[in-house]
Amino acid sequence: MAQVVGMEVSLAIAEAARLANVDVISAYPITPQTHIVEHLADLVANGELDAQYIPTESEHSALSACLGSSAVGARTFTATAGQGLELMHEVVYVASSMRLPMVMVVANRALSAPLSIWGDHSDAMAVGDTGWIQIFVENGQQAVDNVLCAFRMGEDQRVLLPVMVHVDGFHLTHMVEPITFPELEEVDRFLPPYKHPFPLDPDKPVTMGAFGMPFIYTETKKAQYENLMASKKVILEVWEEFGTRFGRHYHPVEGYRNEDADVLLMIMGSFSETAMETIDRLRAAGRKVGLVRPRLWRPFPFDEVRQMTKDAEVLIVVDRAISLGGSGGPLCALVKQSLYHEDKKPEVVSIIGGLGGRDITIDGFEQIIDRGMEIVQEGSDKSGFEFFGVRE
Amino acid sequence: MPKKNDNELTWKDLEIGNIVVEPGNASEYRTGDWKTELPEFDHEKCNKCGLCFIYCPEGCIQNDAEGWFVADLYYCKGCGICAVECPKDAIKMVGEEEE
Repeated sequence: MAQVVGMEVSLAIAEAARLANVDVISAYPITPQTHIVEHLADLVANGELDAQYIPTESEHSALSACLGSSAVGARTFTATAGQGLELMHEVVYVASSMRLPMVMVVANRALSAPLSIWGDHSDAMAVGDTGWIQIFVENGQQAVDNVLCAFRMGEDQRVLLPVMVHVDGFHLTHMVEPITFPELEEVDRFLPPYKHPFPLDPDKPVTMGAFGMPFIYTETKKAQYENLMASKKVILEVWEEFGTRFGRHYHPVEGYRNEDADVLLMIMGSFSETAMETIDRLRAAGRKVGLVRPRLWRPFPFDEVRQMTKDAEVLIVVDRAISLGGSGGPLCALVKQSLYHEDKKPEVVSIIGGLGGRDITIDGFEQIIDRGMEIVQEGSDKSGFEFFGVRE
Repeated sequence: MPKKNDNELTWKDLEIGNIVVEPGNASEYRTGDWKTELPEFDHEKCNKCGLCFIYCPEGCIQNDAEGWFVADLYYCKGCGICAVECPKDAIKMVGEEEE
């Protein structure tokens, strides 16, 4: 029988890695990820998890150690946040282009400067194009479930890719929530052992990470692109099977009271649960509003976003990161791309908010919806974006 | 399937993660075609000390049965380090002839 326990989400994520029976954890502690790797270090030190815990002198080394561990065929886990993910940056590309599966939990955190340990999605957006499968979660249960799913997705022989699970720093990582843990035997049935088809093995030597001359580099990128896009089929299969086995269902894009909505709000991560309260309040007042919550960030679910938004009149996309001097909201840019060729599509409004740990409250989301509708009525800002809650 | 030339490989021909499953094939890589000059050894001056063999960054200088040092031109990049390091001035870099 599955157990429900009250647990800090960071510890629950570490417990999920234990249930997945990871072989190697390599990480460098950084707020707000620290409790995840501290707990894993405890589990290994106490003999509750038979794994190698490799503490390193930096995140760059931590992820490099993960490359090696995945390359020999070991189930590999790491976690980081904000500046740590930035310090890993060049290795992030290497893991995906070398097709080395591992799971990284990112406790999403704002980027310096100014120094901020608090949450937003700047770190996630900076690694959007690195070739990893990326999933956003909204609560602790989803974090646990999707860590388990992430191993299954990434290690599938048709995929062999690293997977990032984005968990809002503090807003999720430091909350105590009720979590349903599956039994170890159930997880074992769901998650077969990891086997890389060409592991590093002295008896059967291979070369990994050879250089790519101009005659072949383009072909390597085409192969990588096709592989990442093809992973979508497996991602859907894994979520489907997880739902069958454990009763909790996940989809690339999920809705909330969105089906007949004239006005849609879109946001990723834990703030969507606050936004649901706003939607409930406005629905009770008779307004036809709804919420759309992208879960699969990469490969981006263009079709699902299009299907779920094209019939609305107004779509207000809230990004918790800013593309400076570029698109404004990185999520909104992809949403606009999804809808570009549609004849009938909503007016799309881009709002930047929830930066560096600032909350968006239930009232805040109502203000965002009202302001979004006002912008559309005024026709004032079709190509740009607005900051929410900024003091002028 | 007959082995394809490098320029015929498509993206579908690549192994997972571009892994090279045949070990040691870097030896097929002809670095020798980078060079514009090649080393010429003067046996009048050479005392077979072997410093050229030690300094060669490509590892392409070996001694023959009589102990004279020769560069394997399949790999020699023509960098000229051997000529600079030779204490006897026995190595001269000369222009590669047009083939």
